[in-house]
Amino acid sequence: MKSRAAEAAIAALCGLLFGLGLILSGMTDPARVQDFLDPAGSWNPSLAFVMAGAIGVAVLPFQWLRRRQRTLGGAPLQLPASHGITPRLVLGSVLFGIGWGLAGFCPGPALVGLGSAWQPALIFCAGMLGGFGLFSLLPGRPG
Amino acid sequence: MHLVNFTPWSALAGGALIGLAAALLALCCGRIAGISGIAGQLLTRGTPDRLWRIAFLGGLLAAPWLLRLVSDSGTTPHSAASPGMLLGAGLLVGLGTRMANGCTSGHGVCGLARFSLRSLVSVASFMAAGFLTVWLLRHVWGGA
Repeated sequence: MKSRAAEAAIAALCGLLFGLGLILSGMTDPARVQDFLDPAGSWNPSLAFVMAGAIGVAVLPFQWLRRRQRTLGGAPLQLPASHGITPRLVLGSVLFGIGWGLAGFCPGPALVGLGSAWQPALIFCAGMLGGFGLFSLLPGRPG
Repeated sequence: MHLVNFTPWSALAGGALIGLAAALLALCCGRIAGISGIAGQLLTRGTPDRLWRIAFLGGLLAAPWLLRLVSDSGTTPHSAASPGMLLGAGLLVGLGTRMANGCTSGHGVCGLARFSLRSLVSVASFMAAGFLTVWLLRHVWGGA
Protein backbone atom coordinates (compact mmCIF):
# COMPACT_ATOMS: atom_id res chain seq x y z
CA MET A 1 0.00 0.00 0.00
CA LYS A 2 1.57 3.25 -1.15
CA SER A 3 -0.15 5.79 1.00
CA ARG A 4 -0.51 5.50 4.75
CA ALA A 5 -3.83 7.29 4.61
CA ALA A 6 -5.19 4.78 2.08
CA GLU A 7 -3.94 1.92 4.24
CA ALA A 8 -5.65 3.44 7.28
CA ALA A 9 -8.91 3.90 5.35
CA ILE A 10 -8.94 0.24 4.33
CA ALA A 11 -8.01 -0.82 7.87
CA ALA A 12 -10.91 1.23 9.27
CA LEU A 13 -13.31 -0.43 6.82
CA CYS A 14 -11.94 -3.87 7.75
CA GLY A 15 -12.31 -3.12 11.47
CA LEU A 16 -15.89 -2.02 10.90
CA LEU A 17 -16.75 -5.14 8.86
CA PHE A 18 -15.05 -7.28 11.49
CA GLY A 19 -17.10 -5.68 14.27
CA LEU A 20 -20.36 -5.96 12.33
CA GLY A 21 -19.57 -9.62 11.70
CA LEU A 22 -18.99 -10.23 15.41
CA ILE A 23 -22.28 -8.55 16.31
CA LEU A 24 -24.30 -10.28 13.56
CA SER A 25 -22.89 -13.66 14.55
CA GLY A 26 -23.91 -13.15 18.18
CA MET A 27 -20.33 -13.56 19.41
CA THR A 28 -20.44 -10.23 21.27
CA ASP A 29 -22.61 -12.01 23.87
CA PRO A 30 -20.29 -13.73 26.39
CA ALA A 31 -23.10 -16.07 27.48
CA ARG A 32 -23.28 -17.49 23.94
CA VAL A 33 -19.54 -18.03 23.84
CA GLN A 34 -19.61 -19.79 27.21
CA ASP A 35 -22.55 -21.88 25.98
CA PHE A 36 -20.37 -23.00 23.05
CA LEU A 37 -17.74 -24.10 25.56
CA ASP A 38 -20.35 -26.06 27.55
CA PRO A 39 -21.36 -29.20 25.62
CA ALA A 40 -22.19 -30.84 28.96
CA GLY A 41 -24.85 -28.19 29.64
CA SER A 42 -26.68 -25.62 27.53
CA TRP A 43 -24.70 -26.13 24.34
CA ASN A 44 -24.76 -23.54 21.57
CA PRO A 45 -22.73 -24.69 18.53
CA SER A 46 -23.00 -21.26 16.80
CA LEU A 47 -19.34 -20.33 17.38
CA ALA A 48 -18.23 -23.27 15.24
CA PHE A 49 -20.38 -21.90 12.41
CA VAL A 50 -18.84 -18.44 12.83
CA MET A 51 -15.36 -19.98 12.52
CA ALA A 52 -16.45 -22.06 9.53
CA GLY A 53 -17.95 -19.02 7.79
CA ALA A 54 -14.87 -16.88 8.45
CA ILE A 55 -12.31 -19.50 7.42
CA GLY A 56 -14.46 -20.53 4.44
CA VAL A 57 -14.32 -16.98 3.05
CA ALA A 58 -10.69 -16.30 4.01
CA VAL A 59 -9.03 -19.56 2.96
CA LEU A 60 -8.81 -18.95 -0.80
CA PRO A 61 -7.49 -15.37 -0.55
CA PHE A 62 -4.93 -16.43 2.08
CA GLN A 63 -3.76 -19.42 0.06
CA TRP A 64 -3.49 -17.25 -3.05
CA LEU A 65 -1.45 -14.70 -1.06
CA ARG A 66 0.78 -17.47 0.24
CA ARG A 67 1.86 -18.31 -3.29
CA ARG A 68 2.00 -14.72 -4.48
CA GLN A 69 3.73 -13.26 -1.37
CA ARG A 70 2.58 -9.76 -2.37
CA THR A 71 -0.50 -7.65 -1.77
CA LEU A 72 -2.83 -6.64 -4.61
CA GLY A 73 -0.81 -3.41 -4.85
CA GLY A 74 2.47 -5.34 -5.05
CA ALA A 75 3.76 -4.61 -1.53
CA PRO A 76 5.38 -7.38 0.51
CA LEU A 77 3.22 -9.17 3.10
CA GLN A 78 3.77 -8.32 6.77
CA LEU A 79 3.31 -11.82 8.11
CA PRO A 80 4.19 -12.80 11.66
CA ALA A 81 7.67 -14.26 11.95
CA SER A 82 7.32 -17.95 12.71
CA HIS A 83 8.86 -19.11 15.96
CA GLY A 84 7.89 -22.75 15.65
CA ILE A 85 5.89 -24.63 18.27
CA THR A 86 7.24 -23.21 21.54
CA PRO A 87 6.24 -23.72 25.19
CA ARG A 88 5.38 -20.02 25.23
CA LEU A 89 2.87 -20.52 22.38
CA VAL A 90 1.11 -23.35 24.23
CA LEU A 91 1.26 -21.73 27.68
CA GLY A 92 0.01 -18.41 26.32
CA SER A 93 -2.84 -20.13 24.47
CA VAL A 94 -3.84 -22.06 27.61
CA LEU A 95 -3.86 -18.86 29.74
CA PHE A 96 -5.96 -17.19 27.05
CA GLY A 97 -8.36 -20.17 26.97
CA ILE A 98 -8.83 -20.05 30.75
CA GLY A 99 -9.64 -16.33 30.67
CA TRP A 100 -11.91 -16.86 27.64
CA GLY A 101 -13.83 -19.57 29.48
CA LEU A 102 -14.10 -17.60 32.73
CA ALA A 103 -15.62 -14.50 31.14
CA GLY A 104 -16.76 -15.52 27.64
CA PHE A 105 -14.81 -12.62 26.12
CA CYS A 106 -11.97 -12.77 23.64
CA PRO A 107 -10.27 -9.53 22.50
CA GLY A 108 -12.50 -8.72 19.47
CA PRO A 109 -15.91 -8.96 21.18
CA ALA A 110 -14.48 -7.26 24.29
CA LEU A 111 -13.45 -4.24 22.20
CA VAL A 112 -16.85 -4.13 20.46
CA GLY A 113 -18.41 -4.17 23.93
CA LEU A 114 -16.05 -1.37 24.93
CA GLY A 115 -17.29 0.55 21.88
CA SER A 116 -20.86 0.27 23.12
CA ALA A 117 -19.75 1.20 26.66
CA TRP A 118 -21.11 -2.06 28.11
CA GLN A 119 -19.89 -2.25 31.69
CA PRO A 120 -18.73 -5.92 31.81
CA ALA A 121 -16.68 -5.28 28.64
CA LEU A 122 -15.16 -2.13 30.15
CA ILE A 123 -14.01 -4.08 33.21
CA PHE A 124 -12.71 -6.94 31.09
CA CYS A 125 -10.80 -4.53 28.81
CA ALA A 126 -9.19 -2.90 31.84
CA GLY A 127 -7.93 -6.34 32.86
CA MET A 128 -6.81 -7.09 29.30
CA LEU A 129 -4.86 -3.83 29.21
CA GLY A 130 -3.15 -4.95 32.42
CA GLY A 131 -2.34 -8.28 30.74
CA PHE A 132 -0.78 -6.50 27.76
CA GLY A 133 1.28 -4.45 30.22
CA LEU A 134 2.33 -7.56 32.14
CA PHE A 135 3.49 -9.11 28.87
CA SER A 136 5.75 -6.17 28.13
CA LEU A 137 7.53 -6.89 31.43
CA LEU A 138 8.31 -10.50 30.41
CA PRO A 139 11.92 -11.17 29.50
CA GLY A 140 13.00 -12.45 26.10
CA ARG A 141 10.21 -11.33 23.84
CA PRO A 142 9.17 -12.57 21.36
CA GLY A 143 9.26 -16.32 21.71
CA MET B 1 -26.65 -31.70 26.40
CA HIS B 2 -29.41 -29.47 25.12
CA LEU B 3 -29.11 -26.84 22.39
CA VAL B 4 -29.88 -23.21 23.21
CA ASN B 5 -30.07 -20.10 21.02
CA PHE B 6 -28.55 -21.98 18.11
CA THR B 7 -28.48 -19.56 15.16
CA PRO B 8 -26.51 -21.27 12.36
CA TRP B 9 -27.42 -18.83 9.57
CA SER B 10 -26.58 -15.57 11.30
CA ALA B 11 -23.47 -17.27 12.70
CA LEU B 12 -22.35 -18.28 9.20
CA ALA B 13 -23.17 -14.85 7.75
CA GLY B 14 -21.42 -12.99 10.57
CA GLY B 15 -18.46 -15.34 10.22
CA ALA B 16 -18.34 -14.64 6.48
CA LEU B 17 -18.15 -10.89 7.21
CA ILE B 18 -15.26 -11.53 9.61
CA GLY B 19 -13.52 -13.64 6.95
CA LEU B 20 -14.10 -10.91 4.36
CA ALA B 21 -12.55 -8.29 6.68
CA ALA B 22 -9.53 -10.53 7.33
CA ALA B 23 -9.11 -11.28 3.61
CA LEU B 24 -9.39 -7.60 2.61
CA LEU B 25 -6.80 -6.51 5.17
CA ALA B 26 -4.40 -9.20 3.97
CA LEU B 27 -5.04 -8.61 0.24
CA CYS B 28 -4.80 -4.81 0.38
CA CYS B 29 -2.43 -4.13 3.28
CA GLY B 30 -0.61 -7.43 3.69
CA ARG B 31 -1.59 -7.45 7.38
CA ILE B 32 -3.05 -10.08 9.66
CA ALA B 33 -6.38 -9.12 11.25
CA GLY B 34 -5.43 -10.32 14.72
CA ILE B 35 -7.18 -8.22 17.33
CA SER B 36 -4.84 -8.98 20.25
CA GLY B 37 -1.77 -8.20 18.13
CA ILE B 38 -3.22 -5.01 16.65
CA ALA B 39 -4.28 -3.72 20.08
CA GLY B 40 -1.35 -5.10 22.09
CA GLN B 41 1.35 -3.82 19.77
CA LEU B 42 -0.25 -0.39 19.74
CA LEU B 43 0.66 -0.21 23.43
CA THR B 44 4.20 -1.51 22.92
CA ARG B 45 7.02 0.99 22.69
CA GLY B 46 8.76 1.20 19.33
CA THR B 47 5.93 -0.29 17.25
CA PRO B 48 6.01 1.19 13.75
CA ASP B 49 2.90 1.77 11.64
CA ARG B 50 0.53 2.84 14.37
CA LEU B 51 -1.93 4.61 12.05
CA TRP B 52 -3.54 1.55 10.45
CA ARG B 53 -3.87 -0.11 13.88
CA ILE B 54 -5.69 2.90 15.31
CA ALA B 55 -7.90 3.02 12.21
CA PHE B 56 -8.77 -0.69 12.45
CA LEU B 57 -9.63 -0.45 16.15
CA GLY B 58 -11.65 2.71 15.45
CA GLY B 59 -13.72 0.78 12.91
CA LEU B 60 -14.18 -2.09 15.35
CA LEU B 61 -15.33 0.20 18.16
CA ALA B 62 -17.61 2.13 15.79
CA ALA B 63 -19.45 -1.01 14.64
CA PRO B 64 -22.03 -1.09 17.48
CA TRP B 65 -22.71 2.65 17.06
CA LEU B 66 -23.23 2.36 13.33
CA LEU B 67 -25.56 -0.58 13.82
CA ARG B 68 -27.58 1.37 16.37
CA LEU B 69 -28.12 4.14 13.79
CA VAL B 70 -29.82 1.78 11.37
CA SER B 71 -31.63 -0.53 13.79
CA ASP B 72 -32.27 -0.72 17.49
CA SER B 73 -32.77 -4.46 17.46
CA GLY B 74 -29.99 -6.93 18.09
CA THR B 75 -29.30 -9.33 20.89
CA THR B 76 -28.81 -8.09 24.42
CA PRO B 77 -25.54 -9.49 25.72
CA HIS B 78 -25.36 -11.27 29.06
CA SER B 79 -22.45 -11.64 31.42
CA ALA B 80 -22.60 -13.91 34.46
CA ALA B 81 -19.11 -13.01 35.69
CA SER B 82 -18.45 -10.81 38.74
CA PRO B 83 -16.29 -7.67 38.30
CA GLY B 84 -13.33 -9.41 39.95
CA MET B 85 -13.72 -12.42 37.65
CA LEU B 86 -13.94 -10.12 34.59
CA LEU B 87 -10.78 -8.29 35.62
CA GLY B 88 -8.85 -11.53 36.24
CA ALA B 89 -10.11 -13.09 33.01
CA GLY B 90 -9.11 -9.96 31.09
CA LEU B 91 -5.63 -10.14 32.59
CA LEU B 92 -5.24 -13.78 31.52
CA VAL B 93 -6.55 -13.02 28.01
CA GLY B 94 -4.26 -10.00 27.61
CA LEU B 95 -1.16 -11.81 28.80
CA GLY B 96 -1.96 -15.13 27.13
CA THR B 97 -2.79 -13.76 23.69
CA ARG B 98 0.40 -11.69 23.60
CA MET B 99 2.51 -14.68 24.70
CA ALA B 100 0.85 -16.82 22.03
CA ASN B 101 1.07 -14.05 19.40
CA GLY B 102 -2.61 -14.31 18.62
CA CYS B 103 -6.17 -15.03 19.67
CA THR B 104 -9.41 -16.23 18.09
CA SER B 105 -8.92 -13.90 15.11
CA GLY B 106 -5.18 -14.03 14.42
CA HIS B 107 -4.74 -17.76 15.06
CA GLY B 108 -8.35 -18.95 14.78
CA VAL B 109 -9.35 -17.23 11.52
CA CYS B 110 -6.23 -15.94 9.73
CA GLY B 111 -3.82 -18.62 10.96
CA LEU B 112 -6.09 -21.55 10.16
CA ALA B 113 -6.88 -20.03 6.74
CA ARG B 114 -3.10 -19.85 6.14
CA PHE B 115 -2.77 -23.51 7.24
CA SER B 116 -0.31 -22.44 9.96
CA LEU B 117 0.70 -25.31 12.25
CA ARG B 118 1.46 -22.85 15.07
CA SER B 119 -2.08 -21.53 14.82
CA LEU B 120 -3.57 -25.03 14.83
CA VAL B 121 -1.64 -25.81 18.04
CA SER B 122 -2.75 -22.50 19.57
CA VAL B 123 -6.43 -23.02 18.66
CA ALA B 124 -6.40 -26.59 20.00
CA SER B 125 -4.79 -25.34 23.24
CA PHE B 126 -7.13 -22.41 23.91
CA MET B 127 -10.22 -24.42 22.92
CA ALA B 128 -9.22 -27.26 25.27
CA ALA B 129 -8.51 -24.80 28.09
CA GLY B 130 -11.80 -22.98 27.42
CA PHE B 131 -13.91 -26.17 27.42
CA LEU B 132 -12.24 -27.38 30.63
CA THR B 133 -12.64 -23.98 32.34
CA VAL B 134 -16.36 -23.70 31.56
CA TRP B 135 -16.92 -27.30 32.64
CA LEU B 136 -15.20 -26.60 35.98
CA LEU B 137 -16.98 -23.25 36.33
CA ARG B 138 -20.50 -24.51 35.61
CA HIS B 139 -20.51 -28.17 36.57
CA VAL B 140 -17.89 -28.67 39.26
CA TRP B 141 -17.84 -25.41 41.25
CA GLY B 142 -21.47 -24.80 40.27
CA GLY B 143 -21.49 -21.24 39.00
CA ALA B 144 -23.96 -19.91 36.46
